[in-house]
Amino acid sequence: MLYREAGQYKTSYQADQAVFPLLQDRVGLLVILFVAYVVIPLTGNDFLINAVMTPFLIFSLAAIGLNLLTGYTGLLSLGSGAFMGVGAYACYKLTTYFPDVNIIIWIVASGFVAALVGAIFGLPSLRIKGFYLAIATLAAQFFLEWSFTRVAWLYNHNVSGAIEVPQRTLFGVPITGPNATAETRYLIVLTIVVGMTWVASNIVHGRIGRMWMAVRDMDIAAELMGIRLLPTKLLAFAVSSFYCGVAGAMMVFLWYGGAESTVFSINQSFTILFMIIIGGLGSLLGAYLGAALIFVLPIVLRFVPPKLGIPVHAATVEHITFMIVGALIIFFLIVEPHGLARLWQIGKQKLRVWPFPY
Amino acid sequence: MNVRHLVFGVACGAMLGVTPLATTAVAQDSIYVPLLTYRTGPFANSGIPIANGMHDYLAMLNERDGGIGGVKLNIEECETGYDTKKGVECYESIKGKNPTVINPYSTGITLQLIPKAAVDKIPILSMAYGLSASAIGEKFPWIFNPPATYWDGLSMIFRYIGGKEGGLDRLRGKTVGFIFLESGYGREPIPLLEQFAKDYGFNVKLYSVAGKEMQDQSAQWLAVRRDRPAWMIMWGWGAMNPTAVKRAAETNYPMDKFIGIWWSGSEDDARPAGPGGKGYLTLNLHGVGANYPAIHDIVKHVVGKGKSQVDKSKVGENLYNRGVYNSVLSAEAIRNAQKITGKKVVNGADVRRGLETLNISEARWKELGLPEFAAPITAVSCADHNGHHAAYMQQWDGTKWVKVSDWIVPMKDKVRPLLEAAATDYVTKNTGWPKRSEACDKQS
Amino acid sequence: MDLLYKIFLEPFVQMGTAPDLLVQTLWEGMVGGMLYALIALGFVLIFKASGVFNFAQGIMVVFAALTLIGLHAQGIPAFVALALTIAVMFALAWSVERIVLRPLVNQPDIILFMATFGITYFLIGFGELVFGGDPKTMITEELFLPKGSWDIKMLGGFVSLQKIDVAAAIIASIMVAVLSVFFSKTRIGRALRAVADSHKAALSVGISLEQIWVIVWFAAGLVALVTGIMWGARSNVSFALEIIALKALPVLILGGFTSIPGAIVGGLIIGVGEKLGEFYWGPLVGGGTDSWFAFVIALIFLMFRPQGLFGEKIIERV
Repeated sequence: MLYREAGQYKTSYQADQAVFPLLQDRVGLLVILFVAYVVIPLTGNDFLINAVMTPFLIFSLAAIGLNLLTGYTGLLSLGSGAFMGVGAYACYKLTTYFPDVNIIIWIVASGFVAALVGAIFGLPSLRIKGFYLAIATLAAQFFLEWSFTRVAWLYNHNVSGAIEVPQRTLFGVPITGPNATAETRYLIVLTIVVGMTWVASNIVHGRIGRMWMAVRDMDIAAELMGIRLLPTKLLAFAVSSFYCGVAGAMMVFLWYGGAESTVFSINQSFTILFMIIIGGLGSLLGAYLGAALIFVLPIVLRFVPPKLGIPVHAATVEHITFMIVGALIIFFLIVEPHGLARLWQIGKQKLRVWPFPY
Repeated sequence: MNVRHLVFGVACGAMLGVTPLATTAVAQDSIYVPLLTYRTGPFANSGIPIANGMHDYLAMLNERDGGIGGVKLNIEECETGYDTKKGVECYESIKGKNPTVINPYSTGITLQLIPKAAVDKIPILSMAYGLSASAIGEKFPWIFNPPATYWDGLSMIFRYIGGKEGGLDRLRGKTVGFIFLESGYGREPIPLLEQFAKDYGFNVKLYSVAGKEMQDQSAQWLAVRRDRPAWMIMWGWGAMNPTAVKRAAETNYPMDKFIGIWWSGSEDDARPAGPGGKGYLTLNLHGVGANYPAIHDIVKHVVGKGKSQVDKSKVGENLYNRGVYNSVLSAEAIRNAQKITGKKVVNGADVRRGLETLNISEARWKELGLPEFAAPITAVSCADHNGHHAAYMQQWDGTKWVKVSDWIVPMKDKVRPLLEAAATDYVTKNTGWPKRSEACDKQS
Repeated sequence: MDLLYKIFLEPFVQMGTAPDLLVQTLWEGMVGGMLYALIALGFVLIFKASGVFNFAQGIMVVFAALTLIGLHAQGIPAFVALALTIAVMFALAWSVERIVLRPLVNQPDIILFMATFGITYFLIGFGELVFGGDPKTMITEELFLPKGSWDIKMLGGFVSLQKIDVAAAIIASIMVAVLSVFFSKTRIGRALRAVADSHKAALSVGISLEQIWVIVWFAAGLVALVTGIMWGARSNVSFALEIIALKALPVLILGGFTSIPGAIVGGLIIGVGEKLGEFYWGPLVGGGTDSWFAFVIALIFLMFRPQGLFGEKIIERV
């Protein structure tokens, strides 16, 4: 009753095939965008924007990237952290060589470098799958991580071994470096993430997405139906790495402002994997929900108890956070193995028929 | 009312609920000193004693003197786990609370914070770690890394080696091994090491230890056995140190030729090797042991009252005292700031001035209850945020550290040009790096 | 030319001129490989019986070792502490089965895999909360494990064998022998192999899956305890040890997920391979190769034999 679709007639195929066929969904999306673009920059303080919203969006994008590979194509990868690193280092090198080209172009372009590297490391996926593939992607993770510290050219032979973000401007407003305000960076991240989500949504709803899902559900059957496995899987690796690469470039350029190779460690890969599992495999919404839960939850756990006057040591909070995150992962898997996105769908269905049980 | 909006509203509410947490005004009658510490994660073994030392000295000032200049210190730890991401989160969450000085305790986190410090007007005290080039006060007005940089440390090690060899020229044709944690921190001394190799004609062998290999290192020490370096120098941290000392003992490497930087000199680094660890050398910046009046005060006012997390037997260990040393620098800077500005409750900008005029003479160390604890801090200035102070060599005798050298002065003439070059390099690479606009105070 | 010389000739010249170092490298590789194999063994046990890829094996190693040391620090005699630790590992196996596995029965593999991530995180937090994050020294003497080393003069140099490594090798072989006898001769062992073959068929002949799962998790816990003691004696016990568990993954690729001999042979190959690689060829690229060398070996291996050395041939049907 509350979520009524009665009276919404589809009069064309186009309307029927829309991503958001319901008016309520479209309105809801607009409201979310309004809040994200107007309300948060105007009302949020630096902490909310810089330490919560910006990283949340960046992680969401990385989670979308991994979800395209793992959730839609069924190829488990533990190398997403390293692919983020490829994006970051590529962007750094590109902007070093061509400082006059707008940094946003380079952030997006660095995704292509990550895509290329991803496709190379995706080659074994034709022969192996499942956990074997997951371990094979660990090879990518460790090899790339090692390269980030070992190949001094990547960080311009900096003595500290880190990459530092130079100041770059857009229409005269600094958007990277220390002088860029939190709001500017947030808005750029938001725009890129929204744009790329839209692209991802179109990919997965289109022919390519269907090919991926066919491969995921049963690759032999897909092959028999005339889907060429190698290009399809490699494309999934490339697109996924593209998203991770852009997320990595944004992470360094629009959030951290500098990075060491340790940022792109195996733990980063695990974090992103958690996000899509908790959020829901094979769902773009799930990537956002998972990122919100995995990223925001520890922050809340860290900063809420002291405010409530519960004196706990910083380290104890950290230990408890670990325990709670671990327990939550198990809890969510038991309650709803298909993640938060599925919970949201169930909720939506309930609302549709409310107040009747079915 | 669309339910979706309702849900979203709640979600937004929850999000915004986070907001006030960070904005809550801090009571203005205290001085806020945040400590970024790590008691968890793979580097916790090194992080815990430092965290205890830093916290306990400041807590002792609160208990004994009622803070600094009569103003209580508001000490707050933020757990980073040696993780850059969490460190940046910590920074974002504390920067609104008017912090006076930030101790990141991780080179990775320091690197992230360097550009932010100038914008947010918060001084960063990265005591003998972080970016060596930040010693150049002209380029990095907000960053301080006294008492010595890693390059100073390396030059002091070479002075010691020179003393033992009877002149550094005697190294000609020999091999010096350098084992390091594969990270920015571990790689930092390599340029100077290579320059020394050129100047004195010895060969350098590099043995890098990846974070995952910290607890194994057998391949590296086999290579040491093959190359037979005349001296081994180590830049290690966390679980890497005890393993390295153990492996060195197992390979029968002469321990009195094995020298660690000051971050590789915890008791827990040398102890697990048992009797084999005897003879292992490290640089140190300050005295070890609990036999100082100030540390007695810490035991009396803080540890004895159960206000510390430290195990009483570990008070006075090397890294605990490192934490104390760090907090002495912070506290003295705050005291200085109060003197310069005449204000009781100082802010970050004031403490920056306090740090630039930092001066702890021998007499002052005594007044602080830490006689002959460390070399006098006399050379920090607006131009030099480091001071290149002396350190000494200590040796493990199987149960404790023993001081085996006098204070060794770094080769400032070799280090300073490298620092200048590195700082200029940093600034040119970071277009739009702000020019120093902060005025310079007279030494107090 | 110079490069080719360095890749193809120089390492072998070195091997010839300093054979003692070669022997030492092989020995170190075998010891390291054996410890990887022990971790891999824990994975294999659980994977065989329940199809769960147990990511938590690494943290179980740390947790078991910490429990042992923690109990001993409370003044409990070493062997009583050992027995109590075994009891704790049983409790852990039981609660994992009860709380995690049972509600997730029949879920896809990846879900169970993720659940073990949850266990990992929980145990990290719990372990640090209870035992603290500082590293601890393994109680080797109290457990009558030998210390020191034998320096054997041979081949114009010397090879140094750590007594603890020799002891580890002996204990590990005994344990593997006991496990294989247990699996082939006892009733429970046979039930376990039945479960490994087919869950449904095993259920239909009256084998209790729950019981089997508790047993394999317990067995994996025991393996973890032994691994923890050995590795702890080699360096020390801290949470950094958990990272080493990742090294067991390429071992699994080589050996196959379901083969116990595979895990051991794979472990030795990886251990020896990465030590030789780092020692002789590592300097060419600046060292530190052992962080990824094993994985790249495994990756190349996978291209040619996706099911591993001893793994069963994968036959897929539509």
